[in-house]
Amino acid sequence: MFDDFFIRALVAGIGVAFVTGPLGCFVIWRRLSYFGDTLAHSALLGVTLAFTMEFNIALSVFIISSLIALILIQLQKKTNLPGDALLGLLAHSSLAVGLVVIGFLTFIRFDIMGLLFGDILAVSVDDLLIIWIGGAFILLTLKFIWKPLFASTVNYELAEAEGLNPDRAKAIFTILMAAIIAISIKMVGLLLITGMLIIPAAMARNLSSSPQSMVIYSIIGGLLSVIIGLFTSLEFNTSSGPSIITAALLLFILSLFKIKQSIKLKN
Amino acid sequence: MSTDQNILVKLNDAGLQLNNKWLVKGVSLQVEKGKIVTLIGPNGSGKSTTAKIALGIYKKIDGSVEKYTNKVGYVPQKISIDWTLPLRVNDFMVLTESLSKETIDEALSLTGVIHLKDKNLGDLSGGEFQRVLLARAISKKPDLLVLDEPVQGVDFTGEIALYELIKKISDELNCGILLISHDLHTVMTATDHVVCLNGHVCCSGSPMDVAKNNEYKALFGEQASQILSRYEHRHDHIHTDEGKIKKN
Repeated sequence: MFDDFFIRALVAGIGVAFVTGPLGCFVIWRRLSYFGDTLAHSALLGVTLAFTMEFNIALSVFIISSLIALILIQLQKKTNLPGDALLGLLAHSSLAVGLVVIGFLTFIRFDIMGLLFGDILAVSVDDLLIIWIGGAFILLTLKFIWKPLFASTVNYELAEAEGLNPDRAKAIFTILMAAIIAISIKMVGLLLITGMLIIPAAMARNLSSSPQSMVIYSIIGGLLSVIIGLFTSLEFNTSSGPSIITAALLLFILSLFKIKQSIKLKN
Repeated sequence: MSTDQNILVKLNDAGLQLNNKWLVKGVSLQVEKGKIVTLIGPNGSGKSTTAKIALGIYKKIDGSVEKYTNKVGYVPQKISIDWTLPLRVNDFMVLTESLSKETIDEALSLTGVIHLKDKNLGDLSGGEFQRVLLARAISKKPDLLVLDEPVQGVDFTGEIALYELIKKISDELNCGILLISHDLHTVMTATDHVVCLNGHVCCSGSPMDVAKNNEYKALFGEQASQILSRYEHRHDHIHTDEGKIKKN
């Protein structure tokens, strides 16, 4: 019925959606969307590194993104620049350096569009394994740090005072962010990964009244976006990333009707 | 006298410096099981800072703090919660510890806000939220309660009831309480030990000792001293339902 590559893309996308759902909620709650962007931009550097050293792409993206996160934390401590300026500095310079390095690698044929916006043809069986095993690992870790992370998201001092060690949870969460970018880059492309994190979670916020329900709606939204997006991508031969994100946007717009109703009820 | 085993948290000459300015300096105090220690002092005298030092929120402090328990309930003075979070009272209650439904209901009933259980946290009034904060802190049955102006914004009758509740909790759970309060009446009636702060420890001791202290009088004025002293007398009678006076 469907070609193998499409089934692979579907399985990969579903795996990604399960992980981006809960992580995306934290990205919204902790206001980390620009931080996610920065890590994603730096992923290009990771990809080029993978090609030059003949290294696994996901692993090298993960390493470079974690490195950028570390550099960010150091810069925050050592300079007086505001956080968003530092994020912009790192995002654009790492993207630029990545593109310059690609320019030097004339011996490799690069599918830049695929890197930036995702390519369902590119998903291999190995990638599926990375997504599902890596994804399961991310989710398990998130479950493990949920309490301190969520408590410190609500109020840092409460979490610290009552002995939950929020700093450790935050550090682990940063690593998880780098990991999700690493495993989803082929699917969604590095320019749109943050969209996959934020848009389903934003839709979920419109529908939910508790943190747990927001996570569940966010996963459902992500799954629907992937499925609708990939079928569109197959049908109209569009890039997979933009198709998925457009589907997510449509779901978000639909969710606005629900929020309008509840506001009306309140008044 | 208490033995060392009863000590829950101990500050040794503790202080905090931020941007070359001392927020509070040279504070030594200890909170023991079943005892209420109250911090008083004017605005900016370092009461909240001292409480946070005791809680271990600040990492780079002067002196030292020894904390002997991790079962802590905290009601902060200011709490900035991002109201875009979908968070109901019930979710907030289990923020730092998983609790059974009965425990949650019991705590919310004690502070009189059980009817708000499924309400969104952002929809509560200031006083209601304060009651939820207190319920959350006591629900986990902590060894140490740190209450930073726990009844701010609560109506007058509620205020008295909540202070009585705090006293009751201290007795029932045998937990130590570090309380920050502006209400000198409360300080006097319910407190075992008072620490008067003004950037440093201005004086400390039993409520009566502090009331008589000259530095305290200079800080708060003669009138405040009288408020405290008024509690020196013993109540030798109670009022019956019909309003008659009945001798003890």
